[in-house]
Amino acid sequence: MKPIQSKEEYQTYVETKSPNSPIIKDCFNAFWVGGCICAIGQIIFEICKIRGIDETNSYTIVSMLLIFLSAFLTGLNIFNKIGKFAGAGSLIPITGFANSIVSPAMEYKSEGYVMGVGAKMFTVAGPVLVYGISSSIIVGLIYIIFHTQSITLI
Amino acid sequence: MIFIKKVGNQSYILSKPVNIASTASIVGPKEKNGPLHQFFDQCLEDEFWGEKSWEKAESKIIKETVNMAIAKSGIPSKDIDFCFAGDLLNQCIASSFGLRESNIPFLGMFGACSTFIESMLTGSVFIDGDFATNVICAASSHFCSAEKQFRFPLELGNQRPQTSQWTVTGSGCAILTKEGTGPYVTTLTPGKIVDMGIKDANNMGAAMAGAAEDTLLTHFQDTGRAPSYYDAIFTGDLGHVGKDILIDLAGSKGYNIKSNYNDCGVLIFDKENQDTHSGGSGCGCIASVFAGYIYQMLQQKKYRRVLMIATGALMNSTSSQQGESIPGIAHAISIEV
Repeated sequence: MKPIQSKEEYQTYVETKSPNSPIIKDCFNAFWVGGCICAIGQIIFEICKIRGIDETNSYTIVSMLLIFLSAFLTGLNIFNKIGKFAGAGSLIPITGFANSIVSPAMEYKSEGYVMGVGAKMFTVAGPVLVYGISSSIIVGLIYIIFHTQSITLI
Repeated sequence: MIFIKKVGNQSYILSKPVNIASTASIVGPKEKNGPLHQFFDQCLEDEFWGEKSWEKAESKIIKETVNMAIAKSGIPSKDIDFCFAGDLLNQCIASSFGLRESNIPFLGMFGACSTFIESMLTGSVFIDGDFATNVICAASSHFCSAEKQFRFPLELGNQRPQTSQWTVTGSGCAILTKEGTGPYVTTLTPGKIVDMGIKDANNMGAAMAGAAEDTLLTHFQDTGRAPSYYDAIFTGDLGHVGKDILIDLAGSKGYNIKSNYNDCGVLIFDKENQDTHSGGSGCGCIASVFAGYIYQMLQQKKYRRVLMIATGALMNSTSSQQGESIPGIAHAISIEV
C-alpha cells in the first residue's frame, strides 16, 4: 500500500476496510418479521370485527394491543433481541415507537421519576413526534387550501 | 536545558526502570465468556454486582480492582503516594466515586480508552522523577453505563453497524513501585492528538488508527528500535477494523508489524460467537487485558519485551452530534522483563 497523504484519501481507504452490514439478510428478516407484526395486527382486527366492534374502535384496539405487547416485551428484555434480528421490520410498525419510549424510561429510572423517566422518556421518540406532528400540520394546511379552493371553483 | 531522559522527538528512557509490583483485573459477564476469561482475577455474574445503577456498579468494580491489586502487592495503602485513575463517565465519576474512601492522593486521568496507559506513563514519570515510591494506576469502563452515555438505551431494538465496538465491562489496575523484580516499564512515548477526519462514531478503530500509527512510528524512530525488538506489540482497542488499518498504515511506511502485533479489543472477545462486531473498546479493555493476560505472560517470561499502545477517541456525544471529526490519541510504554 502507498502511504496515505490526505484526509480524503484516508476516508476512501477506510470505507474499503470497513465491513458493511449484511444488507440482503437484514432486508429479508425485516420483511418477514415486519409482515408478521402486521399480520398479528390484522388478526386482532378481524377478531374485533367478528365480535361486532365497529371499524374505528377495532383500529384503536389493534394499536393499543400492539403497543402493549411491544412495551411488555421491552420490559422483559426480549424486544431488543427481536429488533437486533429484524431491524426496520420491528422498528417501523407502531411496535418500534412503543419500544423507543419504554426503553429510555427504563434506562433513566435511576435518575428519578421526574428528571429521569419523565424528562428522558422521549429522547429517542421525540424527533419522530416533533417532525411527525409538524408534517401532519403542513399536510393539513395544504389540504385545507386545496379543499376550500375546489369548493369556490365549483 | 538538557533533557537527559528524552530521546528523539517525544520518547523518554527511564533512568531506572519502574517496577510493576502487581496487577488486578475484574471483568463482567460477557468478558467471562470471552477467550481470555481464565486470566482475569474475577468475572462478575451480572452487570449490576448488587448495586442499584450501572454507574455504582462501575465504581464498585474499580474500587475492588484497586483493593485487590494493593492486597496482592503487599504494600500497606498508607505507603502509596499517588493514585492515577480514570474512566469514560462524565467527569470521571466511576473512579472518583469508587476511590473516594481510599485515602490516597488522587489524580484523575482522562485519555478516553487510552486512560490506563496514560496513567501508567504518568505514574512512571512520578516514580522516576523521585516524586513517588509507590503509585496506583487504574482505569475502568462499563458496557451499560457507556451505552447510556454515548449511544442508545440498552432495551432499544436497533442494529449495530459492523464497524462498531463493544465497550468492555471491567477494570484493570497496576501498582508501580521504585524497587522490585520486574516486569519493568522502561520507555515512554506519549502521543500527540491526531485527527484523521473520521466523523463516524461507530468507526472508532479507523478514527484512532492514525494516532496509533503516529505514536508507533515515532517510538521506533526516537528509540532506533525495529518492530522485531519486541516480542509483542499490543494496541488498546482499535478492534478488528482499526487493527487491519494500522497494519496497512505501518506497512506503507516500511514497518512490518504483522507477525508480532495484536489488539486488546480483538483478543478479549470472540467475534464469531459473541456478536461484538469490530471487537472490544473502553478504558477497561486494555486495562483488564494488560492486568490479566499480558502481565501473566510477562511474569511467565513468555514475553520479554512488550510495547503497549493505548488509543483513545477524544470525542463526546455533543461533538459528534455537531458533526465534528474524531481526534485520536495513542500513548505507548514499553515493558521489559
